[in-house]
Amino acid sequence: MTTTTRIERHHYDVVVIGAGGAGLRAAIEARLAGKKTAIISKSLFGKAHTVMAEGGAAAAMGNVNPRDNWQVHFRDTMRGGKFLNNFRMAELHAKESPQRIWELETYGALFDRTKDGKISQRNFGGHEYPRLAHVGDRTGLELIRTLQQKIVSLQQEDKREFGSYDARIRVFAETTITELLLDGDRVAGAFGYYRESGEFILFEAPAVVLATGGVGRSYKVTSNSWEYTGDGHALALRAGANLINMEFLQFHPTGMVWPPSVKGILVTESVRGDGGVLRNSEGKRFMFDYVPDVFRKQYAETEEEADRWYTDPDNNRRPPELLPRDEVARAINSEVKAGRGTPAGGVYLDIASRLPAEEIRRRLPSMYHQFKELADVDITKEPMEVGPTCHYVMGGVEVDPDTGAAIGHVQGLFAAGEVSGGMHGSNRLGGNSLSDLLVFGKRAGGHAASYADSLASRPKVAVQAVEAAVETALAPLQRDTGESPYTLQQDLQAVMGDLVGIIRREHELADALVRLAELRERVAKVSAAGGRRYNPGWHLALDLRNMLLVSECTAKAALERRESRGGHTREDYPTMDPQWRRVNLVCSLQGDTVRLERKPLPKMRPELITLFDRSELAKYLTDEELAEFDALAEKES
Amino acid sequence: MAEQSSPTAGKAAAKRQFRIWRGDENGGDLQDYMVEVNEGEVVLDVIHRLQATDAPDLACRWNCKAGKCGSCSMEINGKPRLACMTRMSTFEPDETVSVTPLRTFPVIRDLVTDVSFNYEKARETPAFAPPADVAPGDYRMQQVDVERSQEFRKCIECFLCQNVCHVIRDHEENKPAFSGPRFFIRAAELDMHPLDARTDRKEYAQAEMGLGYCNITKCCTEVCPEHIKITDNGIIPMKERVVDRRYDPLVWLGSKIFRRGETPQSSVTSARAAGPATPSTSRGGVHSHAGGSHDPKAEAQAQSGVNWHREVPHPTAPAVDERGKLPLTELTFDRAAAPSPFGDDVTFPLPPEHLNFAHPEQDKH
Repeated sequence: MTTTTRIERHHYDVVVIGAGGAGLRAAIEARLAGKKTAIISKSLFGKAHTVMAEGGAAAAMGNVNPRDNWQVHFRDTMRGGKFLNNFRMAELHAKESPQRIWELETYGALFDRTKDGKISQRNFGGHEYPRLAHVGDRTGLELIRTLQQKIVSLQQEDKREFGSYDARIRVFAETTITELLLDGDRVAGAFGYYRESGEFILFEAPAVVLATGGVGRSYKVTSNSWEYTGDGHALALRAGANLINMEFLQFHPTGMVWPPSVKGILVTESVRGDGGVLRNSEGKRFMFDYVPDVFRKQYAETEEEADRWYTDPDNNRRPPELLPRDEVARAINSEVKAGRGTPAGGVYLDIASRLPAEEIRRRLPSMYHQFKELADVDITKEPMEVGPTCHYVMGGVEVDPDTGAAIGHVQGLFAAGEVSGGMHGSNRLGGNSLSDLLVFGKRAGGHAASYADSLASRPKVAVQAVEAAVETALAPLQRDTGESPYTLQQDLQAVMGDLVGIIRREHELADALVRLAELRERVAKVSAAGGRRYNPGWHLALDLRNMLLVSECTAKAALERRESRGGHTREDYPTMDPQWRRVNLVCSLQGDTVRLERKPLPKMRPELITLFDRSELAKYLTDEELAEFDALAEKES
Repeated sequence: MAEQSSPTAGKAAAKRQFRIWRGDENGGDLQDYMVEVNEGEVVLDVIHRLQATDAPDLACRWNCKAGKCGSCSMEINGKPRLACMTRMSTFEPDETVSVTPLRTFPVIRDLVTDVSFNYEKARETPAFAPPADVAPGDYRMQQVDVERSQEFRKCIECFLCQNVCHVIRDHEENKPAFSGPRFFIRAAELDMHPLDARTDRKEYAQAEMGLGYCNITKCCTEVCPEHIKITDNGIIPMKERVVDRRYDPLVWLGSKIFRRGETPQSSVTSARAAGPATPSTSRGGVHSHAGGSHDPKAEAQAQSGVNWHREVPHPTAPAVDERGKLPLTELTFDRAAAPSPFGDDVTFPLPPEHLNFAHPEQDKH
């Protein structure tokens, strides 16, 4: 084995795993703090899944409607998350996102503008005012490119100062981390491989920021790229951190359902924000039938009122097409199940009959382009066929809201972006993820840097741990009797898609856990053909164990939570239960098994909870909590 | 796309012939595969099916599968394309589809190439320079003004334009001096950015990025999956404005006697010059692109035997008085006119053997 285990070693202060929005923002912050920073990118630099975000980045700048402020944004976020959010994260997010967006302009970002030259903001589902800074419908690309170019500019500074671009911040493209290495309960480094050569690489670093994104590849119909295998979730678990809220997965209501090859690709919500409506196969605009009581007050009851809202939002209620995503996804699901779906199993999203072709092309250029090229559908002429698709995981690493430090039995581990949990509660509002990346990316990067500073001595990587990591990584290549990783992935996707999908039932979830246990046996014996150089089969074999571990957390938590809330819908418990709102489900790893615990939600501070109407809180809180609120309100008045 | 690989899904799947390049830097060849293709699929779907069946270790880059990330660039039937955007229905039913890696970049394995050239060029392109006196949040720009740059910021960095550009496609030797269309539009984007504090983007592109190599064959525009008008809106306007400056009578005169065929470089800080792809031009001595001889014979002679290591004589400093200023009047000066800015020992035209200019295409002959 000695010939195959050449390991390249690097020393860094901060290692950021993930090169999407959160990772890049974290790395920028760590580098600005003077730390030697490595960015590990699973793909090429600049290809991260962040590019897929279309709608925009939510920030209460008040450029379009001056009545917007952080309190309103905070309220919308908590509402969207059905009050399960970590309130402190929602608060920080609402307060800091405008600065984070403005900062991007100093890095060179070019957002669309208002008439007076400020950053334009658009309407989006769940946001009370137009709030999303955007660039047509390619905001994610703008964000990633801007951060990428900022990193390049920092490298150019370093080149001037030290003579090397890589002196203080280096991007390791097409590199995958398979294991975090610990010294006691402190992070000591990270181990992985270069895709290109299959050679191993070891980073010795006291602080690691996880920014690996989500878990969507465990699902059959998903908008997520191949990278989304829950790496960060699994690395955190194995290092002793906790995952929370893993039962909450967001199914985007409008993914493409035709042609089959692009099933799962998203149609941005802004199609609906700009006037697009949902119709079933009978031509009925059905969303009016699916407005839940909690939202009744804010949504129009007639098509006429809804249509007036686009031009006069102050005097009309919003169209029900702009309900939070899970409501729309459930409505579409119900229509299709009732036999009123399209031939491909979705519903129609119609913007063609609502706006002039020229206007559609101007407002939704890449959407137009995408449909034309991928499906030969002209969205200015015909409706789109859309349906729910797995899009985002709300759950993730349990973190300290202010620092992003992982909670559990590990120090020096930080998480930001989709891989962290709590910020979005049980459901994420569109547009909140891009601002989440920036706000908490910056925080995690900054705090990782100061943690690295605070250490008296550097943790040491144990030789045995590296040897074990090498062995685990090479195992699939050395077996030739196991199953193909592709087969195993398909089977995993089938289990998750069929049994832990958008609508869940107790017996199915129990069944899923049995099957996942079987799959675990099979994945332990997976074998990959071929060599170490750029071998996708081998890479998938290594990703599988992460996908499996994270899927197990999701299934366990989904079975445990006996209510429906946000991204978790139980057919056998169809309503929200105020008692369950007070509970976070926390997963941790004990030996080989996933342990699930209930943990009480942190209590909102008085000045924050009083931002809400009593009548609204009554829909979410227990009587006991309401009594407390009343006492509070009385004291204030 | 697990559900599609099961033969029961959808309409009856036809078997299609694919020829895919397999190999690495040591060589390789096209291998034949018969693979199932379903209605509505794109080439990337077929590659994924092959990975899941006959060729589990077939190397191929991809990410979003929606034409937004620019990862799955390859050459399909010889044309540079994104595999996720190439619908199978665009081929004849019995057509063999051949898939090969990008030709301009070194192969790593199968369909994956080493595109690090592009990342190096990206690092060499000067970043956005924020205006010094505008605080974050105070940036004000009009939509019409940002739109021009926004077109270029649509770029998904698939590098198809770089791949197809004839300046580097079969000319490895041009790579050091040529950044390629992707980075010309980056320069154009910053040039047109309403608040970018640098004012020498065009000149930089001309002098440092090899804009002059481009002779506008528009291949880059043709392959751009984002339909960015790379040449019409990016390269040509930059070239024109560089030319504009040359048509300014004063600048024209200067360039006539000083740098024929090159734009003034005074605002560009780096010493590396565009033109011939010889790294030695970038350091040591004073390498001038000074021109002067209009004798075609002498020029040809100079071009065929260019000696890159020979240095043009150093210009001498102008004669200044004891206050460090140029003497202003003929009365107090020791000569009959103002001193030459090129130094008193340089006479024009320069003798051809002192010229260091070489046409970019000279190596072809």
